[in-house]
Amino acid sequence: MLSAAQAGLLGCETCGLLSRPARPAHPGHCARCGALLEWRRPNSIQYSWALLIAAAICYIPANLFPVMRTTTLVGSDADTIMSGVIFLYSSGSWPLALIVLIASVMIPLGKLLALAYLLISVQRGSQKSTRDRTRLYRLVEIIGRWSMLDVFVATFTVALVQLQPLMSVAPGAGVAFFMAVVILTMLAVQSFDPRLIWDAERPWEGRHA
Amino acid sequence: MTPLDTVACPACDLLQRIPSLPPGGKAACPRCRQTLAARPSDPLDRPLALTLAAGVALIVANTAPLMALSAVGRQASTSIIGGALEMWAQGRELTAVIVAFCVVVAPASYILFMLTVLLAARRPPARHWIAELLRWADFMRPWSMIEVMILGILVALIKIAELATVEPGIGMYAVGALVVLLPAIMINFDPGEIWKRVEWADGSFDAEGLR
Repeated sequence: MLSAAQAGLLGCETCGLLSRPARPAHPGHCARCGALLEWRRPNSIQYSWALLIAAAICYIPANLFPVMRTTTLVGSDADTIMSGVIFLYSSGSWPLALIVLIASVMIPLGKLLALAYLLISVQRGSQKSTRDRTRLYRLVEIIGRWSMLDVFVATFTVALVQLQPLMSVAPGAGVAFFMAVVILTMLAVQSFDPRLIWDAERPWEGRHA
Repeated sequence: MTPLDTVACPACDLLQRIPSLPPGGKAACPRCRQTLAARPSDPLDRPLALTLAAGVALIVANTAPLMALSAVGRQASTSIIGGALEMWAQGRELTAVIVAFCVVVAPASYILFMLTVLLAARRPPARHWIAELLRWADFMRPWSMIEVMILGILVALIKIAELATVEPGIGMYAVGALVVLLPAIMINFDPGEIWKRVEWADGSFDAEGLR
């Protein structure tokens, strides 16, 4: 089995057309769709790490600051992501509590850990469980967007519950941080090039160029 | 030049030849199991019909009220964009802009780009800018979060239901239709079919691929 790069061939990331660049150092543009050709996504590891670290930093205020602040005639009450899950659970809708727990706590945390594992294993040149790591990458790519759930919950609660002075809900500082975690990890996943997982097994010339 | 059926797997770079697929068939990379090609039975008309339907549902979803809330004699209602506007009004501008992008701009542009691409591809050779639109549609896809939004609305409604009566509006049914239609477009669409029908970057066109 031969990788395209070993054969001096390059598949376009946009349209899939295979080309044989005349000057491998500067592959130029795809003849069919005109997209910029690259052997691997440029600075994949660095960009991915930078976005991942930024996301990990935002993860802390995202969980500490409230996402919603409810004001009623008797006072005001702030909800963080975790207390929102507990509220749903204690009010009897445990299936929803579970959905929010998975989407808002487990998926973002799992995504941070999974991406860190993928990046470290690629940097160490690991040749183990390549197929499982590719599968993990695809999984992270597909489910990542579902963590936006809590941002939408806050948005539509705020939009609906504006019954001043009886009761109103305002967004808290946590929403922006939480959204930043989701967006930054999605971008980190897009920057990561899954082909790097397989390159350790099949090194090709000019790889470190 | 390499034959068009030889490809590099986008996930693991394995060089391989795609066999000719029967209608409804799929090809996966033998090494990493990435889906490499799919041949829907009707790659042009069916996605076009679904995209047109999605366009109608999108217009209804964005113009009709999504839901109305009543509590102790007071009324409030909201639409899709209303959520983002309220966020803006409450001083969370960045959140408002990104929410608006994910639930209005991204799905609307995805549907618009796909509609243009599918219409243009009916009469090959399609002009090269169609390729650019297809790339933009692909870019918009992960950011279009209608289905995440409807789950978010559901959770919000259950939280509010204890305090007030909430009634779904016509917009909500349109959103429900979009949740089904958007993935249906993707399943029935084959980008390879479009690439066969678009001019190459230098303006040339090879009708050979259409056979």
